[in-house]
Amino acid sequence: MKVIVPIKRVVDYNVKIRVKSDQTGVDLANVKMSMNPFDEIAIEEAVRLKEAGKITEVIAVSIGAAQATETIRTALAMGADRGILVKTDEMVEPINVAKILKAIIDAEKPDLAILGKQAIDDDCNQTGQMLAALLGWPQGTFASKVEFDGDKLLLTREIDGGLQTLKLNMPAVITTDLRLNEPRYASLPNIMKAKKKPIDEKTPEDYGVTIKTHLEVLKVTEPPVRSAGIKVESVEQLVAKLKEAGVIG
Amino acid sequence: MTTLVIAEHNTVKLNDATAKTVTAATKIGADVHVLVVGSGVDAVAEAASKIDGVAKVIVADDAIYAHPLAENLAALVVGMAGSYDAIVSPATTIGKNFMPRVAALLDVAQISEIQGVVSADTFERPIYAGNAVQTVKSKDAKKVITVRTTAFAAAGQGGSAAIEKVAAGDQPGLSEWVSENLTKSDRPELTSAKIIISGGRGMQSGDNFHMLDSIADKLGAAVGASRAAVDAGFVPNDYQVGQTGKVVAPELYIAVGISGAIQHLAGMKDSKVIVAINKDEEAPIFQVADFGLVADLFTAVPELDAELGKLGL
Ligand SMILES: Cc1cc2nc3c(=O)[nH]c(=O)nc-3n(C[C@H](O)[C@H](O)[C@H](O)COP(=O)(O)OP(=O)(O)OC[C@H]3O[C@@H](n4cnc5c(N)ncnc54)[C@H](O)[C@@H]3O)c2cc1C
Repeated sequence: MKVIVPIKRVVDYNVKIRVKSDQTGVDLANVKMSMNPFDEIAIEEAVRLKEAGKITEVIAVSIGAAQATETIRTALAMGADRGILVKTDEMVEPINVAKILKAIIDAEKPDLAILGKQAIDDDCNQTGQMLAALLGWPQGTFASKVEFDGDKLLLTREIDGGLQTLKLNMPAVITTDLRLNEPRYASLPNIMKAKKKPIDEKTPEDYGVTIKTHLEVLKVTEPPVRSAGIKVESVEQLVAKLKEAGVIG
Repeated sequence: MTTLVIAEHNTVKLNDATAKTVTAATKIGADVHVLVVGSGVDAVAEAASKIDGVAKVIVADDAIYAHPLAENLAALVVGMAGSYDAIVSPATTIGKNFMPRVAALLDVAQISEIQGVVSADTFERPIYAGNAVQTVKSKDAKKVITVRTTAFAAAGQGGSAAIEKVAAGDQPGLSEWVSENLTKSDRPELTSAKIIISGGRGMQSGDNFHMLDSIADKLGAAVGASRAAVDAGFVPNDYQVGQTGKVVAPELYIAVGISGAIQHLAGMKDSKVIVAINKDEEAPIFQVADFGLVADLFTAVPELDAELGKLGL
């Protein structure tokens, strides 16, 4: 049984981004980039399934610029077996990503695709669901627990009111939430080993996908900033201020 | 032009995210229809018909919709899509789950979590945890949109839309609902509460959250949390406020023992008044707080409780 894990290279979650003054986007020059945190959780889950003997191969796929190879290497160091880089310098919207992934899945025939629930750059939260739709597969999004139940999956999801458990046919698409697992750090020997693992380089055209622009970005702006408040000296003063502001009592 | 809004409900009650989404839909400038999908949802359809600006309520009432499975919802909505120029849903966990599926089946993009409508095809949405705002123009003939409901006021009451039934759509039979473990609470829901008091890692334990419960009861507030507090198991997952949890914008947000990471601020920085109680005066939460109190929460919180008690709350 094979698993495909798509991963995205994004601005590190600790970076406070800056909007470019010409409003064309966010300044990415000399900014630390990392694997999208939800994708690390996806890789970790796949590797744990492999370690538990439930699956045999973990394939990490990234769609993006040449530097996404580093992100794939990180996945390989965490325990993925091989990588596929679909190289493009264009901005690839989730619907296009889903189409490329579908073509890869048609070729590789995995039993599972595990994706992060959202990328922390565009905050879209779409790709896994779109991929499931294109494949005609069931989807288990925002997963906090994944178990096998015969030839089906028992999947617990984080929903607005609490937790929900679904039973999914296989093959299926899973998207990860924060509490599914705690991703490991790659050890030095594993980082060395990862250098020898194969990464296939492809293009969207290889998969017969032409990247189409659905959404044109007109501008990117700063959100309004909150004006600085004050420090109060005591709880009594705090309560007085809140009464004055008309928000309590 | 007609826009279809998918109603959010729990079978018995219409969620006020729906009326907020109707406001966003009205701004797109088309007739608004509301689709209620569920099993035994007459009361919900009735409530939806009373929202101002709604021209028609369409009800798909069938046992297969007793639980909102993405595969079933998407099949139904895609089947109806021919009559609509835009399909809009609140960005709740239900909307986030099935709407991208609808978009992919229609071969269009989804415009996620819009917070502003510039025109019928141009929208504002937050990116990078709300640290930037993107204005996007859709080239798709059909628009699939989820709405950040905190950015829109609820449409008023007073409508009397006609209610029409439709047959259930396909049931792809790919997934099955097994069980749910919902957090029970008599307090208001986080996303609609006027006041929220949230605790972070500084709370140290789930038991200590009862200090916040007591204040919440006095203020009619909801209780929220940071990711760290949820990860530590102090409170359930549905308490999480932030970039990847719930986005809230109450009149008053009180952050207790929360440092103010970008990801947390993303979920609450549009609150009207923010209070921070933290013992570290350098904590970033103070940069967004209207009123900051540098104090140990284990003395400040009981004191706050007592002060509120003195007000007869
Ligand atoms: C992909 C991703 C998504 C994330 N999504 C979210 C999200 O949606 N929501 C979210 O909240 N976080 C999210 N995070 C996590 C976020 O980065 C922070 O780690 C988290 O918000 C920290 O929680 P905290 O403020 O409770 O804990 P800490 O940062 O540890 O802060 C605890 C604070 O409590 C104070 N404190 C301790 N003891 C006391 C005391 N006795 N009295 C007063 N103050 C005290 C400390 O001074 C400190 O400021 C996400 C992270 C990632 C990587």
